[in-house]
This record gives sequence, structure tokens and C-alpha cells, in this order.
Amino acid sequence: MGVENVEREHIISMRVENRSGVLARVAGLFSGRGYNIESLTVAPTLDATLSVMTIVTKGDERIIEQILKQLNKLIEAIEVVDLTESAFIERDIAIVKVQTTLETRAEVLRIAEIFRARVIDSTNTMYTLEVTGTGGKIEAMIFQLHTLGILELVRAGRIAVAREPYEKKTAE
Amino acid sequence: MKLNGSQIFIECLKREGVDVIFGLPGGVVLKIFDELHQQSDIELVLTRHEQGAGHMAEGYAKATGRPGVALVTSGPGMTNIVTPLADAYMDSVPIVVFTGQVPTQMIGNDAFQEADNLGISRPCTKHNFLVRDVKDLARTIREAFHVATTGRPGPVLVDIPKDVSINTTEFVYPDTISLRGYHPEHGNDTTQITRAAEAICQAQRPIIYVGGGAVFSDAADEVTALAELTRIPVDMTLMGLGVFPGTHPLSLGMLGMHGSYVANMAIHNADLVIAIGSRFDDRVTGKTSEFCPRAKIIHIDIDPTSIRKVRDIEVHIPILGDVKEVLTELIQALKVGINGNTNDLREPWWTQLREWMDTHPLTYSQSDDEAIKPQYVIDRLYQLTTDSDPIVSTDVGQHQMWSAQYFKLNHPRRWLTSGGLGTMGFGFPAAMGAQRAFPDRLVLCVTGDGSFQMNLQELATAVLYKLSVKIVIINNGYHGMVRQWQDLFYDGRYASSELSTLPDYVKLAEAYSAVGLRASSPQDVDAVIQEALSTDGPVLIDVQVSRSENCYPMIPAGGANHEMLLEDPPHLTQASKSPVRTSDDSDSVLIA
Repeated sequence: MGVENVEREHIISMRVENRSGVLARVAGLFSGRGYNIESLTVAPTLDATLSVMTIVTKGDERIIEQILKQLNKLIEAIEVVDLTESAFIERDIAIVKVQTTLETRAEVLRIAEIFRARVIDSTNTMYTLEVTGTGGKIEAMIFQLHTLGILELVRAGRIAVAREPYEKKTAE
Repeated sequence: MKLNGSQIFIECLKREGVDVIFGLPGGVVLKIFDELHQQSDIELVLTRHEQGAGHMAEGYAKATGRPGVALVTSGPGMTNIVTPLADAYMDSVPIVVFTGQVPTQMIGNDAFQEADNLGISRPCTKHNFLVRDVKDLARTIREAFHVATTGRPGPVLVDIPKDVSINTTEFVYPDTISLRGYHPEHGNDTTQITRAAEAICQAQRPIIYVGGGAVFSDAADEVTALAELTRIPVDMTLMGLGVFPGTHPLSLGMLGMHGSYVANMAIHNADLVIAIGSRFDDRVTGKTSEFCPRAKIIHIDIDPTSIRKVRDIEVHIPILGDVKEVLTELIQALKVGINGNTNDLREPWWTQLREWMDTHPLTYSQSDDEAIKPQYVIDRLYQLTTDSDPIVSTDVGQHQMWSAQYFKLNHPRRWLTSGGLGTMGFGFPAAMGAQRAFPDRLVLCVTGDGSFQMNLQELATAVLYKLSVKIVIINNGYHGMVRQWQDLFYDGRYASSELSTLPDYVKLAEAYSAVGLRASSPQDVDAVIQEALSTDGPVLIDVQVSRSENCYPMIPAGGANHEMLLEDPPHLTQASKSPVRTSDDSDSVLIA
């Protein structure tokens, strides 16, 4: 017991066949076995036959071990890496519509500047901001803007990459 | 040469060694059936329901070790075969199911008899494919058989749209398979095998706990060699029965919820558990936090997800790999390492095991003037057929557990039963699939009056194809296992467990032009079994047994393996029997 039972966030990066149905397989595995998905992104890679999925999940050691094994077992999964095991870089992107008044417009811009967010749309009553960064940074900006009135918030979900250069595994 | 999709289908199956397909036609697979009709290399066994086709494919696969094949139409044809797919997925049975699909340009339009075959079958197949282009058909079929039969076997579904079965292309059967994400082979972990050998040499109270994985790996000889070399007793799971000889002096029989007393006491008190191709199913472990509390566990399995899957059960020496290969290496390591002292070391263990065997053997009583006891029927069936080395298929429930207890099978692939999914209706079609594979062997189907009704329509198929299965219905007029739980845990309220309108099974058999026999008193039992054995063709025996008999030993749900009920508790018996508490620990409480 003890350490083994502590729930931690893990970021899993998977290389999968770029085919219809693969996302359904992965999503179905998580829902069917009752695992958590905090976010999931999928997009093609330089190799047109491959996609990369980045899955943010939460669980204790036992559950994460099962998730990794189950994902590996999928026939269309080519490689599964738990990025949390070593150094990695992560980014999320958020688009935030913030309600503004004459009094708060300057404050919104000040917050945007602090987080290096860009204004991508502006009306008399609203700014739309775009911000990229780690999950933590985006949470922090959202927290500050919250009191000023967030009208809408859209996040892309996290993507991440290991700091070590990716070495293509040769198939057995 | 250019072939159409249906011809390619047939050519591929021939190259995979398929000699029989179990199936039922429908609109979108008519072209395939039409081509099958015009050749004679592959026989099509026409079933009366798609579920029957799926279980027949399973029975064929379990009995032969070769993949079973089913072919059904889209929509309801596909949904009817979902249960066999789920059953095969749970019990790792290699079947390849081909489903028809509406033409590719109509997919997604709610066309007539359209269903999302891929979406529906995804969680209950090892893998599934939709073939969108006839050019991909041969490669896909090759891959489907490869995936179904390698690694941990399992069901694979191939969805073929109508136009794909009609369109033509150059037929090329691929020489190689390239599935870059599928690597079912594992190199053996020699370090772990050495550690396992050391643990085995030191163990004072070791036990082998062997399951279906050893059957699929064809490792019966290796399991026997390991047990005999080390004199370690063997517990078998429901799926493992026969992989070690049931009559062998080292066999303790089946363990688990309805396992033998000695099998359960042995694993509970062991200091070393050697789990071979078994997955710590809840029907085996009972309460996981109290599962073999004093044991170190070695777990040999080909599926990484099976290892360390069950919370609370620590695996000390995991060995990933094919059971047969790992055992071969382990036996080599042991031959070097064993110093000859293990026999003395384990003498007290064997003394204890013999005591457990002697004090609580499997038992029942049968006198001439009372109703037939179900155990008596199964025991007599075993005694009267064992010389023929029969294949025994069962359905699910009390009769299944009694069959597991009383049939001592000495070879693998003689035992066809639905373990993981617990599918009532499995037994009869599975027996037919085995009989189709082995027309000259004796195939028995032990079933219940409840289970048999779930696929009895296949009597027509059995008669038509002369599949001479001998069916024994243990008829107590109840869903017996449900009634048993209601007796024990629901104050005897028989909610929906009594089958108050049962057919006359003898007449039912006759209605299908099969032979029906009946036994109503103990004196009839031997005679009807003998008569069935000497009758050609399918025979159905209706055995009217005692209605209230319960199956023991039983570990109540949530109990640990040493907390067995050995007989009806006093509130179920008029006599002054007392419940037998088997626990050694005075503070443990039966969870009931």
C-alpha cells in the first residue's frame, strides 16, 4: 500500500495507425475499463501513416500500469510512452472570451500581457484571448480572468513531447 | 487471375486450412453463400440461429486448437453473434467471424439490416476489420487468422460489405503479414525463470494453479512434467480441466467457488503458488485481500495485462511468455537446481493434503427409493463413458459445476465450457462444433433444463448434419444455481427461478427427428445412458432429478477460499445437520 495507491497525473504519448476507428478503440478502452481521461488530442505526424495521441490521465501506479499495458495491446498502437517517467515538455492552448467594461478593459490586457496571451478578437464589450503554455500556466490565467467574467473558454487539450530526441523503434 | 470477393474469401479460407464454416445466410452475404454452394472444399453447416453458429465455431476451436469460423449476415445476423464473440473474448477462443455489411456507399445511412458491426464488436473482439475495398480482402483475412491464433488467442471479426463480396480483383494471397503494432511473441525472461526455480526448490507448501492458458499453449506435457519432477500438487481452474490428468495422484481437482475442499485449502495455505496460464479470476480467488495470504506468487502468462491485474494480489515473480516455452525452460532450470531434498521438505505438506482429501472428499448419497441426485447422474455418465475418452461440453449453472467436479478428464481439449462470460446456451452448439471436427468421437453435452432452452433450435442442425451429440439434461425445473443462491442468501424466495412450464423434452427431441429418452428414478440412469451410447445420431436424455439439490463445496461470494460451505446450512435441511465451518481461524466469519 502507501506510495502505490497515490493517484498521479500521467501524460501518455502514443503513436497509432492513422486510420478511422483507432480513436474509438482508445476511447472505448478507457470508458469500458473505467479509466480516467482528462484530455485527449490526436493529430497526424510527418509520417502520413501515423498519428500521435496525447492522453492525460490520472491513476495510481497499478492503474497506470494497466492502462499502458492495455494500450500497448491494441493492435493499431505502435508505440506507447508514459512521458511522466522522464523529462518532457507540454503545451496546451486556450481561447478565452472575456467580458469587458470601460473599467476592466485595461486590466484584462494587463493580465494577458503577464501570461503572454494575444488578443485575437476585440469588440466594445469583449476581448478574445489566445494563450499557450503548460496546463498550470493556463489554469493560472483562467483563475485571474475568472473574476472579470469569462464568457467562453475552449482548450485544445495538452500535447507533450519527451525532451530526449525520438528514436524510431525498429519493428521486430 | 481475377476473382470476385466471394471467391477470394473461399480461396483465403482454404489456404488457412478451414474445412467448415458455421453460418446462416442473409441479403448482403448471398454472393458468398452462392460461391460456397458451388464448391466442395469447405462445408457450410447451416445453423438455425447465428448464436448457434458462433458457439459451434467456439466448440470446434476449443476441441481442435484450430480457429473456428462463422459467417453471418449484417444487422440482426451480426447482433445475434455478439454473445459468442464476448464468450470467446473472455475465454480466449480463436474464432474468426465474418459478417456481411451493407454496400460501402450505403454505410451510415441506416440502410436495411445495417448495424455498426465494428462499433458493436469492438469491446468483445481481440481485433476487428472492415474491408472497404476488395483489393484489401485477402490481406485482411490473412491478418484476421494471424491475430486470432497467435499470442493470447481470441475472436476476430471481419466485416465485408456486399459490394466487396461482388467486385473483382487480381487474387494475391500475401506471403507475409506486417502488423507493425502487433508483437505477440515474447522472449523468455531467463532471470525470472531462475528466480522461479529457486523459489520452487525452497518451497515447503507449493501448489500449481493451472488454467486455460496452458491448454491454448499445448503445454499439457510440460505441466505434467513439472508436477512430477517436483511432486507439487496441481489445482486446475474451470478452464484448465484436463490439462493435467484428473486421475493423477498429484491432482487436487478444480479450485474456486465450487472447487474441491483440498484444492481450496491447499492454495489458501500454500507458501508458493505457481500460476500457469490463469488469470486470478474472482471465481478462483474469492476475497482477494485474503487470497493465499502466506504465499509467494509466480505468474506465467502470455498476456501482459493479466499480470498484476488484480488489485490486492501481489505477483512476486512475473514471467511473461508462452506457457509451453517458459515451462520447458523452467523444467531445465529445476533439473539442474533440485538437490533431491524436496521430497523430505514437503512430506508434512503432503500429509496435510491427504488429511484434507480424506476428511472432505466430494460426496453425495443416492438411495434407490429417492429422487435421482444430479451428482449421481454425472458420476454415472463419467464412469460409463470414461473409457471412450469423451469430449464433454456443458452449459452454465449447477450441472456445469457438478460436471467439473465429477468428470476426471485426463487430456486437454476434452472440456468445453463457458467460463468467463458464463453463457447459458453455449453447451449444445459447442458440442456440435466439436462433433463436426471429430465425427467418430463421443461428444457429451451436459446441460440444464434452463440452459438447453437457450439454443435448443440447433437440434434441427444436429439432425441434419448427423452430429451425434449425446445430450443429458439435468432437469430440476429451476434455474438451479439461481435457486441455490436464493436458498442461501435470499431467504428462499424463488424470484423468477422456477421454470414452471417446461417442454416434454422427449417429445421435443422426437419433434426434431432426434431420439429422446427419459430417466425418472435412479434405476433408470445406467440404462438410458447405455441406450443413448448405442444409438446413432443425436440423443437427448431428460433426467428428472431431485429439485432441491445444491452444489457444494461453495465459497459464498465475498468469502475467502478456506471459508467453504460443505453442505446445506440447517435452515435448508430438516435434519439436524450443522453448517460445516471449514475455517481454521476462529475469528473468521462466513460472509453469506
